[in-house]
Amino acid sequence: MAETSEYNIGTQELPLMGKVNAIPEKAVEEYFTSGHRTCQGCESALIMRLMAKAAGPRSIILGSTGCMYVANTTYYSTPWVVPWMHTQLGSSGSAATGTAAALRALMRKGKMKEEPINVIAFCGDGGGIDMGVSSISAALMHAKYNLAIICYDNESYANTDIQISGASPWGANTTFTPPGKKFRIMHDCWKKNIAAMYAVGHTRCNYVATADASYPADLIDKVRKALAVKGPAFVHTLDPCPKGWDYDPFYSHKLGELAVETGLFPLWEMTDAALTYTGISARQVYGKRSRKPVREYLETQGRFHHFVEEDYEYFQSEVDKMWDDWMVPGVIPFKVNDPSKK
Amino acid sequence: MATATEQQQGAGVHLLTGSEVMAHICRLADVDVITAYPIRPYDTVMQYVSKFIAEGDFDADYIPAESEHGQFEIVKHASACGARVFTGSSGVGWLYAMEPLAVTAGLRLPMVALVGCRALDDPGAFGTEHNDAMLVRDLGWMINFPDTAQEVIELGLLAYRVAEDPRVYLPCAIAMDGAFLTHSQATVRLPGQDEVNAFLPPYDRGDLLLHPDNPITIAPQANEDWLMEVRRQSSEAAKNSYTVLKEAHADFSKIFGTNTNPFLDEYMTEDADVVLCGVGTLSLPVKVAIREMRKEGKKVGMVRLKWFRPFPTEELRESLSRFKAVGVIDRDYSFGSPYHGGIVYNEIKAAMYGADKVPHLKGFVCGLGGREVLLEDVKQMADKVISMGQNDAADNEVDWIGVRG
Repeated sequence: MAETSEYNIGTQELPLMGKVNAIPEKAVEEYFTSGHRTCQGCESALIMRLMAKAAGPRSIILGSTGCMYVANTTYYSTPWVVPWMHTQLGSSGSAATGTAAALRALMRKGKMKEEPINVIAFCGDGGGIDMGVSSISAALMHAKYNLAIICYDNESYANTDIQISGASPWGANTTFTPPGKKFRIMHDCWKKNIAAMYAVGHTRCNYVATADASYPADLIDKVRKALAVKGPAFVHTLDPCPKGWDYDPFYSHKLGELAVETGLFPLWEMTDAALTYTGISARQVYGKRSRKPVREYLETQGRFHHFVEEDYEYFQSEVDKMWDDWMVPGVIPFKVNDPSKK
Repeated sequence: MATATEQQQGAGVHLLTGSEVMAHICRLADVDVITAYPIRPYDTVMQYVSKFIAEGDFDADYIPAESEHGQFEIVKHASACGARVFTGSSGVGWLYAMEPLAVTAGLRLPMVALVGCRALDDPGAFGTEHNDAMLVRDLGWMINFPDTAQEVIELGLLAYRVAEDPRVYLPCAIAMDGAFLTHSQATVRLPGQDEVNAFLPPYDRGDLLLHPDNPITIAPQANEDWLMEVRRQSSEAAKNSYTVLKEAHADFSKIFGTNTNPFLDEYMTEDADVVLCGVGTLSLPVKVAIREMRKEGKKVGMVRLKWFRPFPTEELRESLSRFKAVGVIDRDYSFGSPYHGGIVYNEIKAAMYGADKVPHLKGFVCGLGGREVLLEDVKQMADKVISMGQNDAADNEVDWIGVRG
């Protein structure tokens, strides 16, 4: 059967780090350098740096509107050593598809030298979890296009003054959801379970992972696996944001760890239709390590300072459900009914 | 046995719709990346394109997208990577892509798109209105309005040639009247591949190519520091498109052996007292009505604009100054504009301001939502213009023709 997807330009072989002390040896060069003007303690900027390091020089990076465009890429002081292009807020999936399609068509037709070129499109939570969902969903359908979508999630529209997004945690104080005398909790939705949503809904997508810059070797390896796999891939990172989460920049790394240690943001990867928990999350799932109380994470951040006892309890109960009730802990948010137990 | 597409693709005369001709342009231009999303009436072009690809008649990455926004963003990025691209839409679908449409022009990417002109519903309407295509007229898009399937060859190939010229690097919309042109068959002489190759060089993005060998940053934050200079460059590019189009048209005439005017299609104007002006397939009923009115001794002609962007100001001033009175027929609206006229009317009025000899200009709104423009409608408009010319009196009233109540 002749399929339109027969031609694939292939992917690069990128060695994995395994441990953090391998990074200086195996990935020395920086492709995201000085010139950006992100805030002190910005974990999203660290994601950009590690992502570019992981991808290397034969890459094209597309960036949708958000902090990592506006604060990152000023004319005459671009930090990008690799070719970089802006894309619209809702079009990281389309940007990656269009770039991969051009490379594929031009190489197949002999109009461009054949070589595997990494295509990465990044988006914030606005671009990857709200507005851009349909374009990313479409991008994850095409097995013939080798591309990776990296969603750097700092849990608000942080570039435009910290407004609520589909990724903002329940109860968070944002400029669109300020606590008041009548309503203490203006944001009454639970954060979207986005990585699992993309993984479950796109059976031709061979790699989906969650990551966090507090675990840089794990992050680099996940980006490299996303690039090495044939077809589309998606990586969701959780990025503490001193401005949006309201804490001293000193605590960015610590908060990234706490998000995982409390079980709020489990680290996992799905590849070849199988799920693997990584790092601390793996030990938590198999009962080798307990989860820290989520209160420890929440109390460090000003955006939850209006919480009262019942709010902390509700938040903890929802996190407990993720681990105790979900079919796949922290990933698939329902279980299978057993008719014999009716 | 030859496939249907094989039978159709040879150079020579074929019975083709406007959409089908556009699909042949994609094949002859060896387009690399094409995106589709369904909306009537433009979408028939993608039925022909996809069949050509399925049959192996030409090679392109063809992607049915998830929305018009995705559709236009995909080809925008493909164009930045050096791919020749094609896409299209209609009506509110075109507006769903308005964000990519604006940035494509801002980024100076030579996208070529078909607009199957359609009313902007609500209320629901599939028929032709030009407001969809006209909405990009201020953004740096070139816009042409072919009136016949044959003219799609000229305006389609010129679109690629001019858009991809480094002096221009601007996108081009081929605005085809829905149904009247997208879906109506006519005999068309298709050019051969050798002629097209002689006319249309490969797309070369030069030092603006997004590739690891050329690690540039495209579309950084420029803000008030640079944006005005960037806009000025776009304005210069739009100015250049006029000159480049003239050059390209001369080459086209030579290579394909045609004899057309680059910007204006004049019909029975040599001895005309008055003319009717407009764009697109209006020319068909207007030309027939003119032939009938000529039998009654009325000296009426037609001046049709082939290109709305670049706007042929000098040619139009020179042409229209020859007549006593001019009627401009708009298949679009511009509510609340001067004299509540249409877009073409207002634009022509602006172009004529300050000319040595300015004819009286009257505006008409006609044929909205795909309503047929009847011969009686044309005659009614022509009579009003004739009487304006005879009385030598301005008539700034804009009349709606063929409307109930």
